[in-house]
Amino acid sequence: MKIGVIAVQGDVREHLRALERLEVKAVPVRKPADLEGVSGLVFPGGESTAIWRLLKWSGLVEPIEELHRSGVPFFGTCAGMILLAREIVNWPERFFGFIDIAVERNASGRQVDSFETELEVKGVGRVPAVFIRAPYIRRVGPGVEVLAEHQGHPVMAREGRVLVASFHPELTEDLRVYDLFLTMCS
Amino acid sequence: MQKGTYRVKTGFAEMFKGGVIMDVTTPEQAEIAEAAGAVAVMALERVPADIRKQGGVARMADPKRIKEIMDAVSIPVMAKCRIGHIAEARILEALGVDFIDESEVLTPADPFNHIDKWQFKVPFVCGCRDLGEAARRIAEGAAMIRTKGEAGTGNVVEAVRHMRILNDQIRRLRDMSRAELVSYAKELGAPVEVLEMIQELGRLPVVNFAAGGIATPADAALMRMLGADGVFVGSGIFKSENPEKRARAIVLATTHYDDPELLAEVSEDLGEPMPGIAIEEIPQEQLMQYR
Repeated sequence: MKIGVIAVQGDVREHLRALERLEVKAVPVRKPADLEGVSGLVFPGGESTAIWRLLKWSGLVEPIEELHRSGVPFFGTCAGMILLAREIVNWPERFFGFIDIAVERNASGRQVDSFETELEVKGVGRVPAVFIRAPYIRRVGPGVEVLAEHQGHPVMAREGRVLVASFHPELTEDLRVYDLFLTMCS
Repeated sequence: MQKGTYRVKTGFAEMFKGGVIMDVTTPEQAEIAEAAGAVAVMALERVPADIRKQGGVARMADPKRIKEIMDAVSIPVMAKCRIGHIAEARILEALGVDFIDESEVLTPADPFNHIDKWQFKVPFVCGCRDLGEAARRIAEGAAMIRTKGEAGTGNVVEAVRHMRILNDQIRRLRDMSRAELVSYAKELGAPVEVLEMIQELGRLPVVNFAAGGIATPADAALMRMLGADGVFVGSGIFKSENPEKRARAIVLATTHYDDPELLAEVSEDLGEPMPGIAIEEIPQEQLMQYR
């Protein structure tokens, strides 16, 4: 199994390292040819507006949409969740929209309010979670399962083959959330 | 729930990787930077080229200016305080800026010490010319490092010098025995524990961007080829003829630094770059990197 990690901007190294630790072959994706043969695709943390522009200017938007139609599972953390969401409540652009949720960008506040905590993730257990200028989910569609909440805000969800999290499992040593994604890919 | 932990600070810096942080002096410039794909903006009253030209004492920007820029964009906003100026740093933290640059581009406030950055919830980035400076700043709590270069010159040579020196020193450190490391720490004026961490990782334990003199997409790509995680562009964008186009080109070049065909394409027809200054023409006491 080979997993692609979108590598135009963001904490790509941490995602590649997480996959390496789980003994999965991981490839950075910066051009359409890099998507060849991947069984899953990870959208890292970073700056969502920057990543989106770089994906557009690098000719990656259509190949990624094609990959989604072909049934390959996607996993987005933080900025990655924003890119995969159907609606952004406080931003005029719409990105991929592969999961029927509305998210609010920077909902946890500015950097001085960024935090780490522990979360109960459905089917996984308690995991450490790092939230950095994090988006929160403000609406979930009927087909979406909420997997974790923080202070009443949904922060992790799945719909079909798309998994999203407001936080960064790749910044911690606990990779059980990642395991959940790999199960979806195999 | 814990705020302001080292992991939250350094983790935030990891999110900038592969990106461009742009100096801006107005909300309009900040919007241009955001639209061009900047990962953050640095809110300033004057870009380094103007600070250099006008001389005098360069201080933290007016909080009103910083707030206007924070209101204008959704991406993170950084701001600079003077080296050692704890009060300016506290003001910036109270304003809610996302990152503080304790910067040699401003006139230093403390001739002896840098800020004890562990005392703050907001993360700091600091400049370095070599491994010793980088290690000292990390020991003081910096969550991100940038090589200094020589700001406001449009001349990349000092940025390259500092990155080459840093790389060379890390390479030498890697093969050192414990005894050699301790002696090297003395030579560099660097804490042993930080050097041990760098030796184990084979790189700095925090994100390292390049700064100071980057004016073209090729300059940005060069710094990435030398190992920078990303770039700061100060005067290089808004002192050029076509900031929108140049900003976007530098963003693309920073990501696709190893794709020469794309670099050629984005470097085309960008208009005049900012005027450059030869380092030899600058009097020694006006060089910012030695602050």
